[in-house]
Amino acid sequence: MTRPVFGRGLRPLAITTALATAAAGALVFFYAPIEADQGFSQKIFYIHVPMAIVALLGFVAAGVMGIRHLRSRDRSWDLRSYVAIHLSIILGVGVLVTGSIWAKASWGHWWRWEEPVLVSFLIVFLLYCVYFPLRFSIEDPDRQARYSSVFAITAGAFVPLNFVAVRLAEQVLHPRVFSQTGGDLPGEMFLTLLVSLVAMALLFVTLWKLELSAKHAAQQLKRLRARLELQAERRAEERVSVGSPS
Amino acid sequence: MTRAAAAILCKDLRIELRTRESVPAMALFALTVYILLHFGLDRDTLDGDLASGVLWVTLLLATVLAVNRLFANEREDGALDGLLLAPVDRTAVYLAKAAALFLYLVLLELVAVPAFALLLLAPGLGGALPELLAVLLVADLGLAAIGALVAALAAETRVRELVVPLFLLPLLVPVIIAGASATEPLLAAPQEADGLGGWLAFLALYDTVFVLVSLAVFDFLLDD
Repeated sequence: MTRPVFGRGLRPLAITTALATAAAGALVFFYAPIEADQGFSQKIFYIHVPMAIVALLGFVAAGVMGIRHLRSRDRSWDLRSYVAIHLSIILGVGVLVTGSIWAKASWGHWWRWEEPVLVSFLIVFLLYCVYFPLRFSIEDPDRQARYSSVFAITAGAFVPLNFVAVRLAEQVLHPRVFSQTGGDLPGEMFLTLLVSLVAMALLFVTLWKLELSAKHAAQQLKRLRARLELQAERRAEERVSVGSPS
Repeated sequence: MTRAAAAILCKDLRIELRTRESVPAMALFALTVYILLHFGLDRDTLDGDLASGVLWVTLLLATVLAVNRLFANEREDGALDGLLLAPVDRTAVYLAKAAALFLYLVLLELVAVPAFALLLLAPGLGGALPELLAVLLVADLGLAAIGALVAALAAETRVRELVVPLFLLPLLVPVIIAGASATEPLLAAPQEADGLGGWLAFLALYDTVFVLVSLAVFDFLLDD
């Protein structure tokens, strides 16, 4: 059985990620203009929005990996799906915190129910938080992988539906137009957002591969250790049977 | 497959008829929530957004109760293995469980909605019953589809009691958004079906997505 090597290409990827992140940072602070209305605090937008987009794509991708696991019965796809959800949850904390800070800076409140993206994100975040207790309450590894994949697929299908629902509700309750990301941004801001988004996506993939290879190595180590112990036991048994007089 | 599903459904309904475990508990729970909300909100009568919100939150919480019990008999007596030994499609189990949950929800609403009108609804607002019924039935379909899947997912885990509400309720947020928004104008003073069609269409989309997803993945939950 050929084991997938998750760490392949990690070094060039990590270097690219570092360069892209540095470029994004430079663009955010030295190139993108200061927003007239919100001032300097609007710069958090270049972290908040890419994090939100990448986290949501991570959740949906985890669902697709779940489908691949159920189709191929290859448990490495479940591991991929699990790590993607794990990282997206971590990014999700960042999205909620930066979103809250941004809301405080520009509207004076830590939380705004009128902001559909933030509200939908909270719902999705709460939903995915259940993944971990569910996953780790199932001992049988095969069943754990299957149930986790079913969760990832169901929740992945829920993510876009939830966004539609929350947006519809906001339109009915608060009929006002928000300028959406990328819609009417000036060119410099849009370019900065784009580079930040690429940097965030690269960071996600790098961390994903890193965690995958670490988890894979830990599994290998566990397997080897078990084999070693088995051999040691066998050797001890042989010694006993050879040494005993009869 | 329909015959197998019908047989499993009959079995579930017969058990429910004899033990009376799920539906009466759901109805009593709904009444209790009304009392809690009456004192919690300190209001004798409700209308408009508050009325539709109270009604929907109560129904969704009662749904959690039924979902928790949906696989209880199979789990406690190890009957699921027997069911799986029978040469029937696993989808039949899903269809039967979803249909049972749907019937439980309809029965619950037969009690909980009139009780709501009697206990909490402002007088003179009972006229929009047909529209309300349509919204409830379309929503029940989605609740049953997703509820049966969550019930099966949680049944085999150690943290069942936690997984069911924590997984189910976020998944039902779109239902309460659509349901409560569609019901709100029906329970407000000038009764009108404002935006009803759009919300019904959204609920139908939700139902379709989760029926399809559940049918696709359910087999893998019972696969050993």
